Amino acid sequence: MENQATKNYVKPIAVALRGLSKHFDGVRAVDDLSIAVEKGKITGIIGPNGSGKSTLINLLSGIIPSDGGVLIISGEKIKKIKPWEIAFYGITRIFQEVRLFNQMTVLDNILVVLTSRAPLKSLFEKHNQFYLNRAEELLKKTDLWEKRNELAINLSYGQRKLLEIARALANSMVDADPDIFLFDEPFAGLFPHMVKIVEEILRELKKHGKTVILIEHNMNLIRELCDYIFVMDSGKLLAEGEPDKVLAEKEVIEAYLGE
Amino acid sequence: MEYLIHLAILFAIYAILGISLNLVVGYAGLLSVTQSAFYGIGAYATAILLTGYGVNFFLSVILGMLVAGVVSFAIGLVLSKFNGDYYALVSFGFNIIVFSIFLNWQELTRGPLGIPGISRPLLEIGNWKLEISSNLHFLILASLFLILVYFISRFIVNSSFGRVLKAIREDEKAIQVFGYRTSLYKSIIFVIGAMMAAIAGSLFASYITFIDPSSFTLNESIFILAIIILGGLANLRGSILGALFLILLPEILRFVGFPDSIAAQMRQVVYGVILVLLMLYRPQGLVGEYKL
Ligand SMILES: Nc1ncnc2c1ncn2[C@@H]1O[C@H](COP(=O)(O)OP(=O)(O)OP(=O)(O)O)[C@@H](O)[C@H]1O
Ligand SMILES: [Mg+2]
Repeated sequence: MENQATKNYVKPIAVALRGLSKHFDGVRAVDDLSIAVEKGKITGIIGPNGSGKSTLINLLSGIIPSDGGVLIISGEKIKKIKPWEIAFYGITRIFQEVRLFNQMTVLDNILVVLTSRAPLKSLFEKHNQFYLNRAEELLKKTDLWEKRNELAINLSYGQRKLLEIARALANSMVDADPDIFLFDEPFAGLFPHMVKIVEEILRELKKHGKTVILIEHNMNLIRELCDYIFVMDSGKLLAEGEPDKVLAEKEVIEAYLGE
Repeated sequence: MEYLIHLAILFAIYAILGISLNLVVGYAGLLSVTQSAFYGIGAYATAILLTGYGVNFFLSVILGMLVAGVVSFAIGLVLSKFNGDYYALVSFGFNIIVFSIFLNWQELTRGPLGIPGISRPLLEIGNWKLEISSNLHFLILASLFLILVYFISRFIVNSSFGRVLKAIREDEKAIQVFGYRTSLYKSIIFVIGAMMAAIAGSLFASYITFIDPSSFTLNESIFILAIIILGGLANLRGSILGALFLILLPEILRFVGFPDSIAAQMRQVVYGVILVLLMLYRPQGLVGEYKL
């Protein structure tokens, strides 16, 4: 006999979207897309170049306004979200093309997101040991502690990518740490030892019950890290499921080969 | 000696203006070319209140700052809709609008006739009174204001707030996704900068004792911008250095043998040339940490 509890068991959803669309003069970058991302898992988003993956992340983080559809974040329906609001929903992100505060030091790139979000309060705020320790911990984890007083612009490409990841991890609101991490190709352009660092970070996030949305082109990493994946093609959902099954599907292979 | 004191007073006034604009351009990355509007508002507030209403100088400074604060808040709201080159262009526009108000609101400003007979500051504490009539005393007063403005600015740029400002300058969208409403930060620093410029205006009006609109043109805003670009963006001491250099420039020209009448005109040419050379060879200014 089936247990009532397991029968009604619904996966907890961190983020969902319904009918989300975005057009760029004629290009349907994201086309009436509906997906649900499970809480506490690493969810991969894959698809050929230009299939709308980054646009999806940009819509989720309010960087660009959507043309239609709703977001559901932690159960709340949202039609329009502003970039500065996502932090209050516990969302943090990295950008595909690294976007650091170039003419600021590595340490300041972290400390700046460990600041009160109330402008007047931040005028009189002193950084306490707790924040400095947090910054140190993150910079050591990403192998950047030695570089803390360098300007961000002087780092190598891989280091810049790592700094952006450290910054996303640091993004702790005064009373709420981020729960949902949007990682747009965090491995791209990294040396193998850096890839290890980022893998470790992703696993750790999952261990702490965080939700990760990962855009990635390397299928080995997808297989290793992801619990579930969505495959996008021309702004639409092509397939979804566990990586091993989905990556064996004929349409998925064709979408990639057809590039 | 008297002439040196005169130069030193002008230097203090322009150093305040430089610092006030550096907060906006150097730290927040907002290319505003309208600072002389707020400078003028401070000057007119003091001129009108002192000559027409017998208000004490120090009260007029505060009132001038308030008016500049309100006006800059409104201007800042409009400017916040623009970015980059357009921002600079629209700020030009506001400078011209405020200038024409100085010129045409004759009941208030006497237009091109200007306002003469502005008194020097009167310090009143209980029964004790001191009129700051000698230039040396005025220099001390102006220097105290400069020091005050410098330390307040230093406090701002070294705070967490200041760090967010720099992040806005570097990549506004990127800092927004971390939960910062950047428009608030931009408004606040724009208003603070305008209020500081108003202090310089009050000092100028009371020092020269006569003002007319010609001191608050777009040209003046560009001169202030030249000070901070020369000294270095996002460096407060750089602005002081820049002010010192540009105030001394005509004297240097005279010293190397240009006749008086030409030295004054050459000043414009030379600071134009310096700006061009700087942008070509040292865009971060003498001691700055940020390139436009
Ligand atoms: N800001 C924009 N303006 C105009 N077109 C855009 C913009 N952003 C994306 N596009 C277009 O939308 C489509 C989807 O782009 P998107 O960057 O989301 O793809 P992607 O799946 O992230 O690709 P990649 O794997 O190369 O990063 C592309 O055709 C792209 O040219
Ligand atoms: Mg992309």
